[in-house]
Amino acid sequence: MGDFFTLSVLVATAASAIRLATPYLLASLGETIGQRSGVLNLGVDGVMLLSAFFSYWTVLGTGNLWLAVLVGLVVGLAMGVLYGVITVRLSATQGISGIGIFIFGLGLSDLLFRQLVGTPKPVRRLPNVDVPILSDIPHLGEALFQRNLLTYLAFLLVPATALLLSRTTFGLNIRSVGENPQAADSLGVSVERTRFVAILIGNAMAGLAGAALVLQLGIFQPNLTQGLGFIAVALVYFGAWRPVGVMGGALLYGLVNATVLQWKALGIIPVSGSDLANMAPAVLTILALIVLARRVHAPAALTKPFTRH
Amino acid sequence: MKKQWRLSSSVLVLLGALALVGAACGGDDAPASGSGEGGALRVAIVAPSASDDLAFSQSMVDSVNALERAVELSVTDGTFIVEDAAAAIRGYAEDGNDVVIAHGTQFGGSLVEIAPDFPDVTFVWGTASDTQGLDNVFAYAPAAGEGGYVNGSIAASLTESGVIGVVGPIEAGDAVAYINGFEAGALAGGASEVNITYTGSFGDVALAAEAAEAHLANKVDVLTGTAQMVVGAVGVAADAGVPWFGTQANQTSLAPDLVVASQVYHWEVVLEEMLALRDSGVIGGQAFEINLANGGLVIEFNDAFELPAGVRDAADAMIEGITNGTVNTGS
Repeated sequence: MGDFFTLSVLVATAASAIRLATPYLLASLGETIGQRSGVLNLGVDGVMLLSAFFSYWTVLGTGNLWLAVLVGLVVGLAMGVLYGVITVRLSATQGISGIGIFIFGLGLSDLLFRQLVGTPKPVRRLPNVDVPILSDIPHLGEALFQRNLLTYLAFLLVPATALLLSRTTFGLNIRSVGENPQAADSLGVSVERTRFVAILIGNAMAGLAGAALVLQLGIFQPNLTQGLGFIAVALVYFGAWRPVGVMGGALLYGLVNATVLQWKALGIIPVSGSDLANMAPAVLTILALIVLARRVHAPAALTKPFTRH
Repeated sequence: MKKQWRLSSSVLVLLGALALVGAACGGDDAPASGSGEGGALRVAIVAPSASDDLAFSQSMVDSVNALERAVELSVTDGTFIVEDAAAAIRGYAEDGNDVVIAHGTQFGGSLVEIAPDFPDVTFVWGTASDTQGLDNVFAYAPAAGEGGYVNGSIAASLTESGVIGVVGPIEAGDAVAYINGFEAGALAGGASEVNITYTGSFGDVALAAEAAEAHLANKVDVLTGTAQMVVGAVGVAADAGVPWFGTQANQTSLAPDLVVASQVYHWEVVLEEMLALRDSGVIGGQAFEINLANGGLVIEFNDAFELPAGVRDAADAMIEGITNGTVNTGS
């Protein structure tokens, strides 16, 4: 255990936790905005898969990482339009529609990868960028301020999302249509438009999450996310629909995973206990949800389609 | 409510259809029915991961394509869910294929139910060391520890820190054999420590990448790994300039300057034997192993990676020793 508490290993563990947390954080923040407007999107994983594939394909063809990020964002937006039409315009059941989006994204990304790429080919990974001055702080600088730009963006989006939801008219509209859409409608707020825009933002961020995942890894393969999008949805509940709470959940999930991997590498967790240790992040999430379920309340109109009476 | 249900159903049908079209176009090249063109043997493979994964599934597809006889091949891949694989296996048997390859240890339970219903079809199942008493099933397994031992001993000659890292999936099947063999070879070759991480997943690329990062933080300067999720770990090794050893398929394309050698599975060696038996009327009931001696396992070196003087010769001598039984890998 002593080997774990050396500065170099602790810094590496923190850096690993932040890398793992980045895609979760981006997807969860987007899902938070959607859910605060009353729309649950279980299709996040499918959106991430499609965005990840198109980002990968873009960088494979052009070598341009930032064009790849943009493409991931645009694919997310396009999937947002589809999901918005299904759930807002057509008032389809959100849970089942989300699963449909997931299956669609899983199948299409797999198909496109096979047809357009075939065997996995490595591509450039997002480079780390040092934050001036802060990156020079001993140890802390290496862990926190020598990361890629999408990681910085993800963490900057936490206060931005909090401000959007609490301090802007649009944010107030989002919360009102998520809590009491009938009342919001009677006050002149367009429930449909507000929810549609919230879905677009949420899916665009899921698209960014997919891009961040694939560009951190530098490679794509079918079902790359391995259910990451579903964990991102769970983290919204974990974070009690608040951006800071969601960030805490994403970091905790990343930290537990990173710590388990470090302990395995150091032999602190023996091979015989490996399977048990793999369950740690999921067990932690479930326990947290059990505890939080008694203390927090979901947006009152979550999953309920709006119909004007 | 009823209207809403109909609407959501319609949407789902549309999405499901698109997804199914994707799955159908991507994973299954099966002909509609009938015997193979020009009398070719009709062979079908059901594999858990992508058929071009540079690992387990690709090794079987490449091997069937390397068979000397004319084969009409169909593939259903990405069947991580055993029930999906079972449906594909049964479908191929019903469709009149001569040989159906269930490429995954986890498909054994399904074969017990399916194989007796098709007594004229040869089922080929692995990795497994026995046929579960089924007369129309051939089993196959790799002696993955042999190539692991060779890779491990070469790795020991490359490490400066003396610490070598391994990224594994789930502690099962040929992954365990390879990793145990690698560890034994590395320690026998003079490495002081072999750190092994089983990520708990055959498919989680991100976790495999972070497992490799964790090793690098702990003085590891040579890495290896097994299963299809290692593509992430190879990327980490490549960025860090750390040599990588592959297994199952040749992984040189993932890091052309840093992949030292790959243990490649050539299942065609035992498939040819099975098909010869089938021609003589024996359609199953025997188990086969690929190893260095029968040429089913081949260590493919990457010529772009310059090994220190004498290391390649020592590795070749070790392969020869394992082949003729003078070197004991402990596996």
